[in-house]
Amino acid sequence: MGSIRGPTVLAARGLSKVYRMGDFDVVALRDVDLDLAESELVVLFGPSGSGKSTLLNILGGLDVPTSGSVRYRDHDLGAANESQLTRYRREHVGFVFQFYNLIPSLTARENVALVTDLADDPMDPEEALALVGLRERLDHFPAQLSGGEQQRVAIARAVAKRPELLLCDEPTGALDFSTGRVVLSVIDRVNRELGTTTVLITHNAPIAAMADRVVRLADGRIKSDERNAARVRPEDVAW
Amino acid sequence: MVSALHRKLLRDLTRLRGQVLAIALVVASGIASYVAMQSAYESLRESSERYYGDNRMPHVFVHLERAPEAVRGRLEAIPGVATIETRLFETLLLPMPGLNEPAVGQLVSLPPGGVPALAALHVRAGRLPEPGRADEVVVLEAFAKAHGIGLGGKLPAVLNGVRRDLSVVGLALSPEFVYSGTASSPFSDERRNGVIWMDREAIAPAFRMEGAFDDAVFALQPGATERAVTDAIDRVLAPYGGLGAVGRDRQGSALMLETELTQLSSYASVVPAVFLAVAAFLVNVVLSRLVMLQRAQIATLRAVGYRAIAIGMHYVELVGTIVVLGALAGSALGAWMGSAMMSIYEPYFRLPRLDYLLSPAIVVKAVIVSVVAALAGALQAVRSVLALAPAEAMRPEAPARYQPSLLERIGLGRLFGDAGRMVLRELTRRPLRTALSVFGIAISVSIVIMARVKDDAIAVVRELELGEAHREDLLIAFRRPLPDAAEREIAHLPGVISTEPGRTVPVRARRGHVFRDVALVGHPAKPSLRRVLEWPLREVALADDGVVLTDALAEILGVRVGDAVELEVFQGDRRTITARVSGLSYEMIGMTAHATLPTVHRLLGEEGGITEVMAKTDPAHEKELDRRLAELPTVAAVVRPASLRESFDKQTGGVLIVTTIVLTLFGATIAVAIVYNNARIALSTRSRDLATLRVLGFTRAEISAVLLGEMAATVLLALPLGLLMGHGLMVLVAETSKMETFRFPAAVSAPTLGFAVAVTVVAALVSALIVRRRLDHLDLVGVLKARE
Ligand SMILES: Nc1ncnc2c1ncn2[C@@H]1O[C@H](COP(=O)(O)OP(=O)(O)O)[C@@H](O)[C@H]1O
Ligand SMILES: [Mg+2]
Repeated sequence: MGSIRGPTVLAARGLSKVYRMGDFDVVALRDVDLDLAESELVVLFGPSGSGKSTLLNILGGLDVPTSGSVRYRDHDLGAANESQLTRYRREHVGFVFQFYNLIPSLTARENVALVTDLADDPMDPEEALALVGLRERLDHFPAQLSGGEQQRVAIARAVAKRPELLLCDEPTGALDFSTGRVVLSVIDRVNRELGTTTVLITHNAPIAAMADRVVRLADGRIKSDERNAARVRPEDVAW
Repeated sequence: MVSALHRKLLRDLTRLRGQVLAIALVVASGIASYVAMQSAYESLRESSERYYGDNRMPHVFVHLERAPEAVRGRLEAIPGVATIETRLFETLLLPMPGLNEPAVGQLVSLPPGGVPALAALHVRAGRLPEPGRADEVVVLEAFAKAHGIGLGGKLPAVLNGVRRDLSVVGLALSPEFVYSGTASSPFSDERRNGVIWMDREAIAPAFRMEGAFDDAVFALQPGATERAVTDAIDRVLAPYGGLGAVGRDRQGSALMLETELTQLSSYASVVPAVFLAVAAFLVNVVLSRLVMLQRAQIATLRAVGYRAIAIGMHYVELVGTIVVLGALAGSALGAWMGSAMMSIYEPYFRLPRLDYLLSPAIVVKAVIVSVVAALAGALQAVRSVLALAPAEAMRPEAPARYQPSLLERIGLGRLFGDAGRMVLRELTRRPLRTALSVFGIAISVSIVIMARVKDDAIAVVRELELGEAHREDLLIAFRRPLPDAAEREIAHLPGVISTEPGRTVPVRARRGHVFRDVALVGHPAKPSLRRVLEWPLREVALADDGVVLTDALAEILGVRVGDAVELEVFQGDRRTITARVSGLSYEMIGMTAHATLPTVHRLLGEEGGITEVMAKTDPAHEKELDRRLAELPTVAAVVRPASLRESFDKQTGGVLIVTTIVLTLFGATIAVAIVYNNARIALSTRSRDLATLRVLGFTRAEISAVLLGEMAATVLLALPLGLLMGHGLMVLVAETSKMETFRFPAAVSAPTLGFAVAVTVVAALVSALIVRRRLDHLDLVGVLKARE
């Protein structure tokens, strides 16, 4: 399993990111190379401050590297300007964050519709919410949903436009164990059923077991890049 | 040593500088307008009171036909009278070389030696006339200056039909002639209205007034009742053609001065109140938000042992600092504006000196009032600080609750896109905040409208009282009633196209014990030149058997159409008759009763007789006509409405532009402050939402639409309300500055409405641009990483 790799969707070469903090520099990424293949589920793993979020944000077009290049299919993201990056995010990337970042004044359905309104070939918001098991909560406002439910709405919102990339930054970070597991199985299901290339950040080692491939970061560098022999179902992961 | 809390105070002030500045500016605007108007009021009041005191301004004035000097003793004996001065008070023509029609002169006699017991002159140059010199004259300084006449110069005057050149020996001011106009003709300018003083003995023969007087002024004893004295004077003078004694409140110059003072103090209370209310609202909004953002900090402070009251005080100090800064800046600006107002007033008020004084009490009061207003605004937020339990404060605020707005619940939701829905729900989630914002912006609209209140009122005066009511080119007033044939005589003069007769009689209009001395004006049944009008513009028909009263007069007398009013004629046998009120007219200045000529003649018990002729004339013959009119001994005055309009425009221009600009700036300040503040707060509350939208792929323009849509919706709601409130404010100002013989309509012109809307929209656009710039620099990653 895992030996058959699809075509490369995203290719990063020599990525570095340096934050200027007054008089000294903080180096968040040092010379990172990374390829993401179609449909794979990659777990980015590493201690806090190791550069995971920085890498994910650059891959998703939220941030730009200090040096190095990122290519998405035929497009050079390094050369993209602000509005091209916006279009890239709009068309190809779905984000899920630790804090769900739902719009509190919109219902679950409307939060999803925000994205489907922009997309070319989206799912129905209802369909996306059904995918995350929230068919019954369509017209609830965020304040009326639990944390795990809000995160599932966020996932539905991220995948409803059928993005090629789903980027999740510690989606279970603010959730308890069992709720977190429900969220992970939703991500797993999206990856399997829709074939969306997925990157999942976590600092919980056991979660790595659900991935096709585990990339370890430490101090801004890739320490290891390994394929799992088999993907463990999230329901069977314990942490 | 600065405490940690104070350091936090400074940091908060710096961080919130945009909003701090907005609040401080609003406070400064309010305080500046208060300080300027209140200090101008006090300065003008103080200068004129001192002048009145120093130069013995009389308390009571009376004009009559003719009384022998012996009557003086009876007047002096009236209880309450302290001092009396009898004199001659005549109208004459001054055919000035620089003018078409002759200027109207007021001749006042001076006793031998030139120093009267009352209403002493303030000689600016030269000297008083010598006793017995019929050719020496003292001239009102402003009039002499306007005509370039100096000491030793010649002043042409028509004394009882004979033209003479008088020698100017002195230039003077008089407390009786402080204001350039008179109550009946407030638009007259200094070129067309002169006042001259001459020796009484020397001029008496020219007016057949040897050993007699036709005018008297009185000073009262302290504690005397003015009404009792004037009643007694009227009784004594009734047989001598007394025209009704009046107090200062109805003396031309004093009245105009009082009108200006009343308006100033009316503005000085209305305008600042509005600003301080807005400031209180802004304080409330900004501080509530700040307290919400700093919940965790407050809890931490509580946890480490700060008492709730100390933390509450911290926020009070924050607000206090902003407001005191604003109030001090406003006071400085107000002092500057106040002294600028003084220099604008200078030419209008002929005072020996018009000193600008700013009493510290004004500034102290301004600061106290603004602090109180701000504290009122801060109350709610500070109370919530005090109520916050330390543990609760450490928890993040519960996510805001939203619900579908009413519009959506009634099925209109589909009309709105996502952005529209977000705007709608945001606005309806905090209905009170939204309402207050709308209200605040509406206030700014109304202030801009009020900024132009005088422009609009003056446009009405111009249209009504200097235009439609006077379609004649020329009004020729006779010295005394003439037979109806006098009209034909005028009609035959060169250049006269058509004429219309008129008869003006001084009467006392009375109902019960309330009375006013007014002019009863007789018109042709269907006048086409001098007309009786109401506002909005419409001609009032004259009934055969009734009188039309100025609505101000009707209001004072408490009569309505159909009621009876008593008219006591101050002429001939002084008969009193009862007439029915057949209609009401609108006049901004003065009080008048109108009737048809036959009605007036019937009231007088006369067969006919006219006192003035209105004429349409051919401009080509103007010079010749003026020359012929100046030769007629029966003509007392010639008035050209066109000249009045010209001097009126000149006179009103400067003052108006200044007040308009200042109030407009203030109004715009409020609009910017509110819109900007709302937007900043929306930005801070919603930056997470907006960043999320950006991450989801929304463009900058699209997220701006959400935030700016909220601003736009608020402004759109505010505009109609503001227009209504502006009208209300006009009514308020018109009401508070209304006087018996002066009022202006609360008329708002279309250009004013358009102007107010434009100012507000521009202010909103400026705020929108500022916010848009911030949106463009929204730090996506940073915002999303942070916990709410
Ligand atoms: N906006 C920023 N400014 C300065 N330093 C930053 C910023 N974002 C991240 N860093 C620094 O870069 C490093 C990597 O951060 P991050 O990618 O957030 O790590 P991780 O997600 O693995 O915890 C850390 O040292 C962090 O402090
Ligand atoms: Mg991270």
